[in-house]
Amino acid sequence: MSEYQENSVVESIERLADALYRLTLHAPCIAAAAKPGQFIMAACGHSLDPLLRRPFSIHQAATSGTIQLLFKVIGRGTNLLSELRPGQSLSLLGPLGHGFQLPPSGPLCLIGGGIGIAPLFFLATKWLQQPRPPESCVVLLGSRTAEEIRQLATDFSELGCLVGTATDDGSLGHHGLVSDLLPPFLSDLKQVCTCGPTAMMAAIAGLCRDTAVPCETSLESHMACGLGACLGCAIPGADGHYKHVCKHGPVFNAEEVAWSR
Amino acid sequence: MEPLIPPTDLDLQVAIGPLRLANPVMTASGTFGYGAEFANLVDLNRLGAMVVKGISLEPRPGNPPPRIVETSCGMLNAIGLENVGVKRFINQKMPFLRTCLSRVIVNILGDSIEEYAFLAHELSGVAGIDALEINISCPNVKKGGVAFGTVPEMAAAVTQAVKRETDLPVIVKLSPNVTDIVAMAQAVEQSGADAVSLINTLIGMAIDARTRRPRLANIIGGLSGPAIKPIALRMVWQVASTVSIPVIGIGGIGTAEDAIEFLLAGATAVQIGTANFYNPGATEQILTGIEHYLRQQGETSIRAIIGSLRLGV
Ligand SMILES: Cc1cc2nc3c(=O)[nH]c(=O)nc-3n(C[C@H](O)[C@H](O)[C@H](O)COP(=O)(O)OP(=O)(O)OC[C@H]3O[C@@H](n4cnc5c(N)ncnc54)[C@H](O)[C@@H]3O)c2cc1C
Ligand SMILES: Cc1cc2nc3c(=O)[nH]c(=O)nc-3n(C[C@H](O)[C@H](O)[C@H](O)COP(=O)(O)O)c2cc1C
Ligand code: FES
Repeated sequence: MSEYQENSVVESIERLADALYRLTLHAPCIAAAAKPGQFIMAACGHSLDPLLRRPFSIHQAATSGTIQLLFKVIGRGTNLLSELRPGQSLSLLGPLGHGFQLPPSGPLCLIGGGIGIAPLFFLATKWLQQPRPPESCVVLLGSRTAEEIRQLATDFSELGCLVGTATDDGSLGHHGLVSDLLPPFLSDLKQVCTCGPTAMMAAIAGLCRDTAVPCETSLESHMACGLGACLGCAIPGADGHYKHVCKHGPVFNAEEVAWSR
Repeated sequence: MEPLIPPTDLDLQVAIGPLRLANPVMTASGTFGYGAEFANLVDLNRLGAMVVKGISLEPRPGNPPPRIVETSCGMLNAIGLENVGVKRFINQKMPFLRTCLSRVIVNILGDSIEEYAFLAHELSGVAGIDALEINISCPNVKKGGVAFGTVPEMAAAVTQAVKRETDLPVIVKLSPNVTDIVAMAQAVEQSGADAVSLINTLIGMAIDARTRRPRLANIIGGLSGPAIKPIALRMVWQVASTVSIPVIGIGGIGTAEDAIEFLLAGATAVQIGTANFYNPGATEQILTGIEHYLRQQGETSIRAIIGSLRLGV
């Protein structure tokens, strides 16, 4: 495993919804090394304030040397990212952490809630590099409103996935929780991969445990280094020991995580 | 641009008591892991020294999350001294560290004088360890939890106990959370410390107004990063002006210019902490920047600038 401190160049930035952006960066070293579920630390801004890099999942990595980030503006760092324009540079550190472990055969179900959808697109792309039917890659997307997932649902469909959606306001797909969509598929699944709010992932981990379906979950934690050096990103593990999201994760088998903390 | 003086003609060597360093750029404890974490990003043969994460006798789990929070030009941490314990450190971390040319300094911590002494004893025979740094910013459990680093007599007692157990050079790392840091430095100097390093983090706090909760699970934590540099610089200058043992400057150093300011104030070497997080290449960049500065100033030896602060008119 090798990580790089790479000065990437912005190729494009698209606004997909109100506060949702997709950023395409030329970062050949990171693009070549990246695996689905891994993340980068981005130095948003060029001053000492904000000081720390921000972690973002790798949304897509292409052999052409580009990577994509999908991000939601929630504070100062992400706001600075949204102001980037083509040609400008962004210092990245990555690829970092452990990505998704995949079974030899499907079907697979990818479940993303909100901005947690970000790493799943890269995962689906890699999974579908081998010719597989849509049923082998079920994608369930949840968000507050249709606006946040309309474009992404289309992208997953075009990739060749079977897509289901759920929204809190009922403006697209199922009116309710995305985890409500999982049970009908469970009996056939070889594995579930999920990223999103902790409550959503805990619910999904529970459903998977009850039916003995392996479940991989991508977690978040506040980070300073992303390298396993600061020990700031600890979360409680099921074995009673702390785990470091940047090094042991961000993707954990659901059984490794203490969900009720 | 051709350097005025070729790099090989620059003498960057400094001495921390009996310990010779190839250059004055070190990493600060807790910000560089056990070295290996940065192996792909930094040339671990090029640094003056690497100070590893603080080691205690038994492994420590650390504090519940959240453990870190960003603040203006800085960060607060309440890691809770999570570490693998001295046995696993020696068996699992030292083999890699021995392969690096940079010097290795082991930061130790304990909750009693006996624990510090025992750690010094355990680490003394281990090949590849060049010095010990004593973190005295820890509560003395037997003395009602008062930090060793805030009472001169307690700091002196720890220093003496460690010195008795080891022939390795001993650096005492001072806490800034005291009324008179010079008194602390003098106390450990008199007790045989080979050098002092300063500063450790300043105790601080952050609150989320929306949720009305502290941002750290531990409520309070240690402030580090550029925000603390002026305080660190002042303390280094005061201590370096008073004691005769070498002073290692720490606190908010992120650029070569920052490092040089500490050297001018009297530090013999510097440690880079939080900067490793936001700029993993910081240590090597600072080293290169110091070389550049020496050439610009027409100096051939780093020792010519140490303590060369100009005062008066
Ligand atoms: C492994 C990992 C992958 C992530 N992937 C994505 C992604 O693909 N797209 C996306 O939009 N977001 C992602 N996040 C969350 C993203 O890191 C935060 O939204 C971002 O750091 C917020 O920064 P800010 O300055 O805008 O917010 P502020 O709230 O101003 O940030 C203040 C501090 O808190 C930290 N912080 C705030 N929220 C989070 C959070 N949810 N997780 C971790 N740190 C946080 C920041 O890094 C910063 O240090 C990911 C987080 C992790 C840990
Ligand atoms: C995350 C983190 C962990 C630290 N752990 C230790 C430690 O184990 N022992 C110690 O003596 N100092 C520790 N420190 C303090 C640093 O070594 C340093 O003294 C302090 O951060 C100030 O320097 P800086 O501003 O360059 O970071 C830690 C600092 C940080 C930010
Ligand atoms: S972010 Fe520093 S150890 Fe994980």
